[in-house]
Amino acid sequence: MAKTIPTTKTLCYHCGDECSSRPVTLGEKSFCCSGCKSVFEILNENNLCDYYAINQHPGTDQKVEIRKDKFQFLDNDDVKRKLIQFTNGKQTQLTFYLPQIHCSSCLWLLENIYSINPGIVSSKVNFTQKEIFIAYDEQQTTLREVVETLARIGYEPHLSLNDISSKDMNRLDRTRWYKIGVAGFCFGNVMIMSLADYLAFSGEVEPKIQFFFKLLSIALALPVLFYSATEFFTSAWAGVKNKYLNIDFPVALALVITFTRSIYEIAMGIGSGYLDSMTGIVFFMLIGRWLQSRTYQTISFDRDYKSFFPIALNVVKNGVITPTEISNVKEKDVIQVYANEIIPVDAILSKGTASIDYSFVSGESLPVSVRMGEIIYAGGKQLGGLLELVVLKEVSQSYLTNLWNNPVFNKTETAKQTTYDVIGKYFTYVVLAIGLLAGLYWFGQGNSTFGWNAITTVLIVACPCALLLSQSYTNGNILRILGLNKFYLRSAEVIDKLASVNHIVLDKTGTITQANASNVRYMGRVIGEDLKPVIASLLKQSSHPNSKVVFDFLNEANTFQVEHFKETQGQGIEGWVNERHIKLGSPKFVDDEYFPDKKGSKVVVAVDGEVLGEFIIANQYRFGITVLIQSLRKHFTLSLLSGDNDAELRNVQDLLGHESPVFFNQSPQQKLDYIKDLQTRHHLSVMMLGDGLNDAGAIKQADIGIAVADTRNNFSPSSDGVIDGSTLPRLHAFIRFAKAGRHIILFTFCISAIYNIIGLWFAVQGILSPVIAAILMPCSSITIILLTYGLTEGLARRYGLGERE
Amino acid sequence: MSVIIILISVSICIAGGFLAAFMWSVNDGQFDDIQSPAERMLFTNNTINKNQ
Repeated sequence: MAKTIPTTKTLCYHCGDECSSRPVTLGEKSFCCSGCKSVFEILNENNLCDYYAINQHPGTDQKVEIRKDKFQFLDNDDVKRKLIQFTNGKQTQLTFYLPQIHCSSCLWLLENIYSINPGIVSSKVNFTQKEIFIAYDEQQTTLREVVETLARIGYEPHLSLNDISSKDMNRLDRTRWYKIGVAGFCFGNVMIMSLADYLAFSGEVEPKIQFFFKLLSIALALPVLFYSATEFFTSAWAGVKNKYLNIDFPVALALVITFTRSIYEIAMGIGSGYLDSMTGIVFFMLIGRWLQSRTYQTISFDRDYKSFFPIALNVVKNGVITPTEISNVKEKDVIQVYANEIIPVDAILSKGTASIDYSFVSGESLPVSVRMGEIIYAGGKQLGGLLELVVLKEVSQSYLTNLWNNPVFNKTETAKQTTYDVIGKYFTYVVLAIGLLAGLYWFGQGNSTFGWNAITTVLIVACPCALLLSQSYTNGNILRILGLNKFYLRSAEVIDKLASVNHIVLDKTGTITQANASNVRYMGRVIGEDLKPVIASLLKQSSHPNSKVVFDFLNEANTFQVEHFKETQGQGIEGWVNERHIKLGSPKFVDDEYFPDKKGSKVVVAVDGEVLGEFIIANQYRFGITVLIQSLRKHFTLSLLSGDNDAELRNVQDLLGHESPVFFNQSPQQKLDYIKDLQTRHHLSVMMLGDGLNDAGAIKQADIGIAVADTRNNFSPSSDGVIDGSTLPRLHAFIRFAKAGRHIILFTFCISAIYNIIGLWFAVQGILSPVIAAILMPCSSITIILLTYGLTEGLARRYGLGERE
Repeated sequence: MSVIIILISVSICIAGGFLAAFMWSVNDGQFDDIQSPAERMLFTNNTINKNQ
């Protein structure tokens, strides 16, 4: 069978995308689209071609053209006021979120942007936040021109009233730095004081100096206890108020007891206390907490529908178009909506051809055509041309907004106990019991000093700080490794939830199938220009998604009459077009003796009983999803909820197995209720994987909700984690890794417990010299830190998460 | 021996100075974005001169 030979790939000079057979060229450089070419031309004109020298193909593709007056609304004063951070009439300053920022070329270009628009006084990129701070001269340029400049060079800012980062967040982050700084400073100095004490033989140090050292140690320990360690106390107190003991409770208790006992020992002149250990452990614990909380600042886990909506709409009044801020759009206003824009209101179509993609709201993958006078609901995306709509309900009243007002979204997360809190709780009970027993024994003997000593020593030595240390360092490293594998979790608590999942609910469109399933290839004998419309005519008759996709691929406007059309459900279609018999469908349906060389979703085409070739629909299901589901099936119960029609029922049922429930035509509310039912009636710990707004309720309701995003810049609903579509097949490995994390924590905790027991054993017999004790303490902490790091890295490699891009 | 008291006081003060410097740098936002300054320093020589 003859096959078309794939030509050598030409990569776009600007964005590195594969160029089509007829690339746009300029000199020797090829571009995938005219958008990329025009960006290059602008940069070339302005001597900014170093952009391409720093990194290869640094751009992002410009296939979607930006409409001419798209940023007209930025001339509107209301909108301007909301975006601008500072202005004195001459100079204006503001920050944009540019999701395209990804490499050093971006940084270089954006900071040299003044050579394209001289009105820009200064621009500074924050790489981590993907933000650019711009100051511009009001006399020379306008906000709209600044945004247009950015858009022209391929960095269209994401303008949303919701996403503008507040500067308060940064300040919150900084307090942790201060606390670590103070703790580190005090720890180091207390350590020096104590060392002098440990190393000195009795009588060698003057009592006066010794007293000075001890006094200084106390002075240095105070800021650690009352400033650096405050978060342990507040968290422990919050737990006690909610009537449960979290892991911070025994830590706080141990800190207080260590401190008071040290003061007592120093005051009575019977010892030098444990201030070095106390400050040290606070220092290490804070670093662990910092590692654990270092989540991904660029990803917003708390988006609501507002961040998906445009800032302003074009309102038509008496033939005049005025951009109006979205909250000022009133009922009965006439609005304009352009191609590929999301409609933020419920409205009636009054002009234009509407082809609305509701996949975002309902999960339905096929666009719906809306006739004049029919209602278009908020959240739909117009695929066709320009529309004029009459607003039926304002943004705050629309169907989509009502969905968001579901109580699920308003409930604040109540602090749940993690596994470690539970372990910590029992640990506290046991330690308290041992301490009390020992104390009671000595009190019974009539020796109250020994009694108090016993209680405090046990509490100090058995401090669960080690558990907290191993937990925070392990989780911090797991978060980092998962992040490198493009699985971003909201917080460390999610790891624990991930490890206890026992039921997984999947969404179909956009989750197990690719969002835009139109990547079709043709293999086989060349289809002549005369045959193309004939095949397309037959495809047009079928509503099967595969037919739609292949029809779009053929891109034929003229179609013919089809006679004797016959559709065999789930198999294929056949019929007579222009006196020719066409058969399309699965290989088995078209020709029993035809064996395709590769499996996958494909449509075989036969004309007059002779097989021509096959259309391969590459991205119908995500790559690797079958393998993933096969392996998940063995360890979890699965179900699938789709807002789409049930055309895919058979395929999906085969994929998930017949024991798994599969539901189609589910509304967002039904999805949410289904998850609630699993949790309350079947007591399952549910993980929901979804994309789009239609899953938002279910994601929020689930014990752990994961949003699947195809690019990291994609907008995903509020969730516990965001997984990149390309790494979704590794989900099972991620879950296993999270589970293994628990074992690492327990293992390292046991190691440190052994350290403590040995230490205690010698201490009780009085043969542990203070120097060894002082060295042992940081040693055990450092051992834990190194062990957790080594073990997580090792396990990551074992689960195939070691090789990263 | 009491000279050591003075020495220790001085050394604590110096260390305190470093702590203050650290606090200042945090407050100044030096730790907010640790990626871009590292990239930026490589470009300083390449800055485009507008009048070229």
